[in-house]
Amino acid sequence: MGITVEGASKSFGDFQALNDVSIEVPNGSLTALLGPSGSGKSTLLRAIAGLETLDAGRVMIDDEDVSKKPTQKREVGFVFQHYAAFKHMTVFENVGFGLKIRKWDKAKISARVHELLQLVQLDGLADRYPSQLSGGQRQRMALARALAVEPQVLLLDEPFGALDAKVRKDLRTWLRNLHEEMHVTTIFVTHDQEEAMDVAGQLVVMNEGRVEQSGSADDLYDHPANEFVMSFVGEVNRLGDGFVRPHDMDVVLDPDERTEEAMVQRIVALGFEIRVEFVLADGTEVWAQLTRAELQKLELRQGQIVYLRPGKTKSFSGDSPPDGGGASTPRDSRGGDDAEVSAAA
Amino acid sequence: MSAHPATADSVETPRAGIRLPGVGAGLGRGLVVLYLSVLVLLPLAALTDKSLSGGLGHFWEQVTQPQAVNSLELTLIASLIVVLINGFFGTILAWLLVRDEFPGKAVVNAVIDLPFALPTIVASLILIELWGTKSPLGIDIALSRTAVVVALLFVTLPFVVRAVQPLLIEMDREMEEAAASLGAGGFTIFRRIIFPNLLPGLAAGIALAFARALGEFGSVLLFAGGLPETQVSSVYIKQLIENGNEAGAAAVSIVLLAASVLMLVLVSLAQRWGSRHERSSGAGLTNMPMSGFESSGREEDDDERA
Amino acid sequence: MSAHSGSGSGSRWGLRFLGLGYVFALLLLPLGLIFYKTFEHGLAPPIDAITSPDGLHALKLTLIMVAIAVPLNTIFGIGCALLLVRHRVRGSGVIDAIINLPFAISPIVIGLSLFLLYGTKGWFEPALAEAGIKILFSVPGMVLASIFVSLPFVVRETVPVLQEIGTEQEQAASTLGANAWQTFWRVTLPAIRWGVAYGVVLTTARVLGEFGAVSVVSGSISGQTQTLPLFVEKQYENFNLPGAFGASVLLALLALSTLLAMNVLKRKEDA
Repeated sequence: MGITVEGASKSFGDFQALNDVSIEVPNGSLTALLGPSGSGKSTLLRAIAGLETLDAGRVMIDDEDVSKKPTQKREVGFVFQHYAAFKHMTVFENVGFGLKIRKWDKAKISARVHELLQLVQLDGLADRYPSQLSGGQRQRMALARALAVEPQVLLLDEPFGALDAKVRKDLRTWLRNLHEEMHVTTIFVTHDQEEAMDVAGQLVVMNEGRVEQSGSADDLYDHPANEFVMSFVGEVNRLGDGFVRPHDMDVVLDPDERTEEAMVQRIVALGFEIRVEFVLADGTEVWAQLTRAELQKLELRQGQIVYLRPGKTKSFSGDSPPDGGGASTPRDSRGGDDAEVSAAA
Repeated sequence: MSAHPATADSVETPRAGIRLPGVGAGLGRGLVVLYLSVLVLLPLAALTDKSLSGGLGHFWEQVTQPQAVNSLELTLIASLIVVLINGFFGTILAWLLVRDEFPGKAVVNAVIDLPFALPTIVASLILIELWGTKSPLGIDIALSRTAVVVALLFVTLPFVVRAVQPLLIEMDREMEEAAASLGAGGFTIFRRIIFPNLLPGLAAGIALAFARALGEFGSVLLFAGGLPETQVSSVYIKQLIENGNEAGAAAVSIVLLAASVLMLVLVSLAQRWGSRHERSSGAGLTNMPMSGFESSGREEDDDERA
Repeated sequence: MSAHSGSGSGSRWGLRFLGLGYVFALLLLPLGLIFYKTFEHGLAPPIDAITSPDGLHALKLTLIMVAIAVPLNTIFGIGCALLLVRHRVRGSGVIDAIINLPFAISPIVIGLSLFLLYGTKGWFEPALAEAGIKILFSVPGMVLASIFVSLPFVVRETVPVLQEIGTEQEQAASTLGANAWQTFWRVTLPAIRWGVAYGVVLTTARVLGEFGAVSVVSGSISGQTQTLPLFVEKQYENFNLPGAFGASVLLALLALSTLLAMNVLKRKEDA
């Protein structure tokens, strides 16, 4: 069940949440809608579900225009950030809700519910109430509930946003495994690029109601279409007109024609990687990411003068055209030049 | 002002919390108890005493007088009918006020409290003018049992509306969206999702309305009058007082009082039952819904437990 | 409005018709009629009736009730709320229950119990007679009745607000050196003021409108122990309709001001 959105626009009063957005989600894929708050990603997801009506544009599920169909008829499974558990029903009743209103008989409901509870590892908690579960358990219940009715599409709105870091990581892995087993077309919304890159096969980066770029994690990281994508999907340093990733920044003790002078301001150890902050002659602040081994070899100290040689630098010609349309096939970045740029002063 | 995570704790263990200015907790409690005793408990003690002043036999005799029984029956049945009707309309009104938009909504919202603010005798007067012998609408139901019902409807409407409103406001819309995504249509969503979550508030509102209806006096007085078949218990008691039968009045009062107190206890239980799905602190009687002014900051925390 | 909201246009209008029609017929229509009827024959008759000596006295008496009962119940209400919320004293459940009793007791029964307590054969009678204090058929009794019926409001409106603001601000104040009274006056009270104000408005409305209890303890003696609501009753019984209507309209106007105050305060609290 592939999903296509064409020309979607939606505003809330004065605020334009979606501005002529088009995306294509292949059947059976796991896609992330990634972007900062207010980028329109949740609105887009809810529009696909029918929980928001579009001002313009249309939504197609499996080549059928569902724009006029109400939510109940779209057969989309939806999982909310805050679980939306039916708090007056037990876990069993929650998961079986969709089946009950489809008038399945009791035995079948029971079998299916237990099958799903096992899948999400909540078997044995069937008679508990949501208030008696932890956040992670509630979210797994919500997933089971959505999957119970065998939806064509699974939509998740920041599903792990309300959870602890550790629980989040565990559920991330779990979701990926689940998708590999079940192959339901899945779209999930997140503002966490690490989460998106970890879980999804395809990423759609959104900003201010538009799609900035879509592609695989590698595409976006290595061939970003514009400054926004580049800085959203990873860390960047800005050097004049170009952008360099901190791990592409080489630190050397002797100058050559490609290096720039810099003074070490601060050295911070973050787990296994080291972050070294520099200030350049013209006052620009940049930082480089080194391994412990590299740091030890260079024997850097605060206040020391060293030389930076930027590796792969990208520059974007003017304002990058917001490439909202089209296919999800990997694309070379438009307008971005890979170059070993000799750092100008 | 949203619920503060520390709030739940502070009620349980008041550490450096504010002391009653100038007095300690013990003295404070003493003063409160004194105030309540003088104003509430003593009069009620006198009432009980008087009701039994002729012995239990006399008590029973007074309470089983034909008119005592009649009036009590009328009061109970009318109150029951009234709370059912207002339970229905009150819920609809709460829904309209929370989920709907229409011109004049703010006015309607304010007017709902009119029976709280208006003296009951004035209510009786305006009801008799509209629905009595000189009614411009040509409807005359004054001095009838219907009048009793209408008067009670008037004074008890706000209880249900104001009890249901905060629950509707607080309701997690996403539950309804989740139900829709699972295929539930409008009415199903109301029946299975919204209504069960409104039930505790509705029950509390109905119980409060019932307690009020049982004891209502002013609004019924002029409109329904004091004929034997339209006399509610409070009017009957007043009549007994005027006839000097204080023991009888006290006896019937005790019965009426018992019925109302029972209602209040049920409210408290309804609240506790309603909170059974929430993890937040239990509801005390002082949390009973009254008017729309409820700081209902009971959000479910999204915390995680191992 | 999301597509799932369920009510098609038809049922939405159906609900509106039912709900709004009900409110109109039950509440608004009678209210409108009373204004109309009062001034049907001009402003003079009702104004004459109210400004009669009895009418003016009734108004004055009603306002005296308010002036005494409301402050007392407010002080009690705040103090009691503090006690219940900030100090988990033993027996707070019982105190809580007693506070809610006035909701469960018919005003007539309240009047009767006061009548029995302070009446000629009552418990306190001998002592009071000696001191020359007259409770029944006199202002003190009416004040006691007014306090009884309006007891719960300030407490009930203050308790949730106190719970919600938590103790952190108060703790901060004491770390900065404030004593209990200063903390209360400068930190707690400002934080709960809208809740208290709302409770005060409710109390005032209740005292203004009290009828049944005061009717029993006062004897409704014109020009002496007759509050405005009792005045309405008496005028009606004497077929003096302009008088009854005039006083009713006055009370209705006071009620509407109360409603206005309630709404303004509700919004202040939500802000």
